[in-house]
Parts: sequence; structure tokens; C-alpha cells
Amino acid sequence: MSAFVEPARMAGHSGMAKGEVLLRVDNVSLSFGGVKAITNISFDIVKGEVRAIIGPNGAGKTSMLNVINGFYHPQEGTIAWRGKVRRKMKPYEAASNGIARTFQNVALFKGMTTLDNIMTGRGLKMKKNFLWQCLHWGPALTEENEHRRKVEEIIDFLEIQAIRKTPVGRLPYGLQKRVELARALAMEPELLLLDEPMAGMNLEEKEDMSRFILDVNQQFGTTIALIEHDMGVVMDLSDRVVVLDYGRKIADGPPDEVQASQDVIDAYLGVPHEH
Amino acid sequence: MEFLIETILSGLMAGVMYSLVALGFVLIFKASGIFNFAQGVMCLFAALTFAGIMEKTGLPWPIAFVMTIGVMVFVAWAVERFVLRHLVNQEPIILFMVTIGLAYVLEGVGDILWGSDVKVLDIGLPSGASDYMLDNFNIYVEKLEVFAALIAAVLVGFLAIFFQKTRIGRALRAVADDHQAALSVGISLQTIWVIVWSVAGFVALVAGTLWGAKSGVQFSLSLIALKALPVLILGGFTSIPGAIVGGLIIGVGEKLAEIYVGPFVGGAIENWFAYMLALAFLLVRPQGLFGERIIERV
Repeated sequence: MSAFVEPARMAGHSGMAKGEVLLRVDNVSLSFGGVKAITNISFDIVKGEVRAIIGPNGAGKTSMLNVINGFYHPQEGTIAWRGKVRRKMKPYEAASNGIARTFQNVALFKGMTTLDNIMTGRGLKMKKNFLWQCLHWGPALTEENEHRRKVEEIIDFLEIQAIRKTPVGRLPYGLQKRVELARALAMEPELLLLDEPMAGMNLEEKEDMSRFILDVNQQFGTTIALIEHDMGVVMDLSDRVVVLDYGRKIADGPPDEVQASQDVIDAYLGVPHEH
Repeated sequence: MEFLIETILSGLMAGVMYSLVALGFVLIFKASGIFNFAQGVMCLFAALTFAGIMEKTGLPWPIAFVMTIGVMVFVAWAVERFVLRHLVNQEPIILFMVTIGLAYVLEGVGDILWGSDVKVLDIGLPSGASDYMLDNFNIYVEKLEVFAALIAAVLVGFLAIFFQKTRIGRALRAVADDHQAALSVGISLQTIWVIVWSVAGFVALVAGTLWGAKSGVQFSLSLIALKALPVLILGGFTSIPGAIVGGLIIGVGEKLAEIYVGPFVGGAIENWFAYMLALAFLLVRPQGLFGERIIERV
């Protein structure tokens, strides 16, 4: 595992120091037709932290992630990435800018093996000429092997050696989630978005996953934004929490502060809502 | 005995030609889940363009061949830019309908550009009987068909490596599997579609050239697409080896059936045998010989 930690990477790709604002969302609103998914939300994600986004079902959490990685483009508001306000960013541009993510309902390439799935995460880092690749020879082969080595390190890190060659469609849910995390890690992202990484897991799997998330954050210095329903997990893992309800932000701060907020308690316990 | 071997060999060779057409279908289906009805017309269009460029400009064939590849890449780009891009996330049936439209457009454009008369595609491919086989084994084999088999083998080897081992091949399979996930790892759908349609265009060009060299470039060429359907059903829509094996089975099967069963039912079995075989296959093994069985945990 220790071979995986490179001091150079701890600082992150952009050379931003820990504590600087990595991503800032300003007054973002998103609607689908007449339905408002997100209303005027602002928050920031700081380099090196674990940021949780929580809220009841339908609060707009996943929409928020989709806005960050470019699946959706908000009608209003701006998003600044590494201090620069970005224009409409397509998902693959977000990916090449260092934003990786996992999905609520595992989105893996089901026909491919674990190894191939993770290798797709290296795609952006592979630069060798198309013709070389077709020949599968010379520089392209060397490159392929280098990336393969990196992928093996990630496989060791997440302890999924045994399922390396298994088509992921056959794996149990918990392992699929882990492969999805591996694929995102293979991109060596600066910001990792996790959409309910522990949904549908048993206690043991949850503990494993929590440990992996903390390790990723601490060892690689990867900034993490995660959506999670399990409050115990959120309180343990995160440095700061933003709470959404009905597409609005109702709280933002350290876990214990947020937990004590009356708005949050109301939102979770279901006080009649005023429109 | 010689006659049987000859029949089987000629069946195999004909099968290779079907396989080449089927390959184009598999490529696009694998990468985008679109059943490209226009694949047969793409063969015709590529062959027409190839023959047309040579006829009008008098350029030597390798230059004309490269120029035709350029045209097919342009077609791929245009299909993505003006059609597919606007139909992301639509039902497969809608995309299928679009490819039917595309078939007519390509056929029309080919007609306008190069005229509708039968063209001879003479690029010096070997033709006539193989003397070697005739002298040594007393078996009649067309040289062109042997050549086609060789080309097909090279093409399949190349595509297999391309799909399994390269970054782009992996990206193609990724896109076929899950659009959202592919986007999230930084794969651009648009680029991938252009690449896959270009490769399919290239395969169409090879298939069209071989068919054209065999029987002249004519509009009935687009109908060989229909022969590719049973091949696909046999081999599985997502498998490159399946397209090859399926083509061979159909090729040999219809020749054998014609000769050994034909006389009892009044002949002309060759025309429908493939479809009957496909139908039988659909009943027993709907995913085809090599098709991916959909595994889903419930």
C-alpha cells in the first residue's frame, strides 16, 4: 500500500494547498421544465476536506453532483473550479479536469472484467498514438503496462485482487460499489464525488468503505464530496456538512453544529412544509 | 468426395463475404446499441465511391482507396454531427428508424454522385480458378475468394486486438455498456461514435470492394445486407468472432442444402435456407452462438 503514496501527489495536481477553495458553487438554480430541483444554492468545497451533502429524499443532492460534474447545466448561478469560473462544462471535460465520481445505482460496464473497468479510468492518462495502440506494440505496449501497474496498486489498495478477472455483472452489490470506487480512483482525481457510496451495504461493508474513503482522503490528499443517508457515517467521516431540503440549503457547517440545527431536525423529522 | 470438398470450400468462401458485411453491423451495434440498417448501403456507397473516383480521375487504386477512406470518415462525422447527436438517449427503435432513412439518403447520394450504371471495379485482385488446387487436388477454388478469406482474417485479427487491448477499444465497449459511466470517466461519446462509424465505414469499404470485384458494383449490392441478418442471429449481435463463424455456417449450410436437399423440394433453397436456419436459432438460442448473455442480478 505504501508504494501507492507519492509525496508529489499529496499536494494535488493543480498545486493548490490544503485549505484553499477548490470548488465554489454560487447561487445555482436548476429546474426541469416547471420543476425546481435546486434553488439558489451556494457552498464551497475546500481542498483536502471530506464534504458531505445530506438531506431527505428528493432534496436535490444528486442533482447537485450532476451539476458539479457537468451532466446538468444550471440555468442560473456560477461554478468556479480551482478559482476560475467555468463555462458550460461537458462531463468528459470535468473528468479531464480532475473530477471523478461514482453513482447512486452503480454504473459499471457490466460486460467487462473488474480489471477492464478500472482500466477505463486510466483512459484520459493514456496519450499514445492510435496507430501504435492498434499494433499493440512499441511505446503503446509500454504505456499500457505502466497503467496496468497503477491499476494493480489500486486493486491491492481496495483489496479486490480476487475478483480481478470477473465480469462485474456477476459480483455482489457491495463489491460492485468497490469496483466503481476503484475506477474513479484510477483517474487520480483531485475531487472525488461519491453518490451514496454505502447504500445497500451491510454493517461490515459500510465499515470497510468508510475506511477506504478516509484512506483515500488522507493518503492521496483527494478532496471528497459525498452524499450519504447514514448519519453515523456522515458524522464520522466528514469535516463539513451541507444540508439540502426541497432544493434549498438549510444548513452548512461542521457535523455537530449541523446536527444541532433546528431546521435540520425539522427537515428530517418532517415538520409540515410552508411553500 | 472432391465434389463435397469443393462445395464446402465454396460455401466457406461465400460465407467469408457475408461475414465481412455482418462485421460492420456488429461494430456499430457493439459500440452504440444501434442496429445500423444502412450497413449494406454503406458497402454499396463505399464501393461506388471507390470505383467512381478511379473512373472519373484515373488515379491509381491505392490513392483512390485512401480517398474513399476519407469519404467514409466524413460520412461517419456527418452522421454523428447531424443525426446521432440530436438523438442521444432515444429509444433503440427510433435510432433504428433513423438508420433506415440514412440508407435511403446514402443510396440517393451515391446515385447522384456516381450514376446508377454497373461499374467494373478492376484493381488487379486475383481472379479465376486456383491452378494449384485444380492440379493437385482436382478441386475448383476461386482465387478471389481465397484472397477475400485472407483479407477477412487480417481484418478480424486487427479488430479483435483493437477492441480488447487498446484504450479506444475499451472506451468503445464502455460506451456500449453505460453512457453515463462512460462520460464520468472522461470518454467523449461524440468522438467514440465518429470512430466507430468510421471503422464500420472502413469495413464496409473492404466488403464492398470484394463484392464489387466479384460481381461488379451495382445497386443490388445493398441487398446483401439482408443476408447479413441471419449471420448476425446465428453469431450473436455483439460478437466479432460470431460474425465470422455465423457467416461461414450460413455460407456452407446454404450450399450444402442446395445440393443435397434442393433436388427433393424443387431447388432454390439457397435463397431462403439462411432465414430458416436463423429462425430455428432464435427458438433455441436467441443470443446467438457467441452473443453476450444478459446477466443481471435481481
